[in-house]
Amino acid sequence: MVQVAEQPAQPGVTAAQRAEHSPVALQKTPLHQVHVDLGARMVPFGGWDMPVQFPTGVLAEHHAVRERAGLFDIGHMGQLNFDGPDALEFLQWVTTHDVSRLKVGAAQYSLLCNEGGTVIDDIIVYRLAETRYLMIVNASNTDADCVWLEQQLKHPGRGVNPDNVLLRRVSPQQTLLALQGPQATAVLRRVAKDDPGELANYHAMESTVAGIPAVVARTGYTGERGYEIGFDGAHAALIWNALLEAGREEGIIPCGLGARDTLRLEAGMALYGHELTDLVNPYEAKLDRVVRHEKGDFLGAVALRRIQETGPQRRLVGIELIDRGVPRPDYPILADGKPVGTLTSGGPSPTLKKSIGMGLVPVPYTAEGTEVQIEIRGKPHAARVVPLPFYKRMSPSQRGKA
Amino acid sequence: MSVQDQDNPTDLKYTKDHEWVRLDGDVATVGITDYAQGELGDVVFVELPEPGASVSRGTSFGVVESVKAASDLYAPVSGEVTDVNGSLQDAPDLVNTAPFEDGWMIKIRPSDKAELQKLMDASSYEDYLKTLH
Repeated sequence: MVQVAEQPAQPGVTAAQRAEHSPVALQKTPLHQVHVDLGARMVPFGGWDMPVQFPTGVLAEHHAVRERAGLFDIGHMGQLNFDGPDALEFLQWVTTHDVSRLKVGAAQYSLLCNEGGTVIDDIIVYRLAETRYLMIVNASNTDADCVWLEQQLKHPGRGVNPDNVLLRRVSPQQTLLALQGPQATAVLRRVAKDDPGELANYHAMESTVAGIPAVVARTGYTGERGYEIGFDGAHAALIWNALLEAGREEGIIPCGLGARDTLRLEAGMALYGHELTDLVNPYEAKLDRVVRHEKGDFLGAVALRRIQETGPQRRLVGIELIDRGVPRPDYPILADGKPVGTLTSGGPSPTLKKSIGMGLVPVPYTAEGTEVQIEIRGKPHAARVVPLPFYKRMSPSQRGKA
Repeated sequence: MSVQDQDNPTDLKYTKDHEWVRLDGDVATVGITDYAQGELGDVVFVELPEPGASVSRGTSFGVVESVKAASDLYAPVSGEVTDVNGSLQDAPDLVNTAPFEDGWMIKIRPSDKAELQKLMDASSYEDYLKTLH
């Protein structure tokens, strides 16, 4: 049983590619007009017309999230519901993590892999009720993921009966906001029915925000304490404005995809299409912890077991520039005078006041402190391998001592 | 976003690539316009030539890096670089906050002052900006 709300993508053409050739095809979140009215700069992202920055600018938005609170529209992300007695076993089959470990109200970061063991998408799986799960997928992959999951549901493994799984795409009707930053809890407490301070990391609850039924999850993509809030998009402007109003004292500001990218890079988090692609396996991306062979058979398990046994040939590393300059995605990484890889992400770190990047390099070059160079416009710039994440938030007790 | 938040000074000359030039005797000071900095967003790094380098009109003399992207800087006139704005090393945000003043980039001794005649005045530049939106 499959209901997909929208037509699947044209074969062989991604939503992003279609959007590039036809701006009218860009999708809009329920908050699109709100962003335009706020003076946001809108850019195409994953087939969506999204705010890359508000008039405050990327740096101010970045610092607001690290120091106070920031509000992001993430309604472009795909949301899929899995319901029914075999929903758990189907998710065990198509994802790499062990979904049976999730209690009701818990969530896990996980992957969809193909049979070759490379990554189709990185996702978050929530167990919302006994037999009901929610999967959040990347905007640019949503159409393709839906097609792929439908196909998998036609002949699933692990003894799943396809009639016992209802797969429904609930976005973009159901939308998402991210409220992130050290003051996020204080802000949300003013408008949520239940105390969000009670939520453990990677846990969610059904509550209300500004009187509207919402799923409040303690998750995020910034490396900061924060929440992702899901609800009916018809109420998007109401909840957006209520959160901005509730956080006025804390200095909350709307934030765009520019800050979302600098924040996640500092936190060492992968971005699909950069660190993760269908040419990269989880061991290369240092995501060993979300591949759980002990759960039994799953898609890609055989290939992944083989990679685990032999060890990956290359691994994701953090790189810090020593010379002045700004590293960018696709710049060559050099070692011993020859190219050994390319940057998957790179840019300025507003918090650390350094230039940082991530990239895949052969295992012999992955040790902390390894001297490498980043080629910027033809010139090698001194750099070194550093541990990930670049930035780790202090706990409240550490903050108190600082 | 408005076309310009700061007026384009009338004593400057402008290029279609959004550089400005202030001629003072034999020295042409070069920077980027308020419109350009607004389009770039937060500037985090500026790569400039060494004094003594020669630059030629319309070719890249440096790079300005915002959080999201690197953009070439094009010489409005040919000549020898006599000075570069060292303050931008530690305060690249001067390009955003004072594009026509402290955010200047290089000084050039023009080799052919006739090239200056090819640049736009402030009102032509503003007409040009209107065609971009």
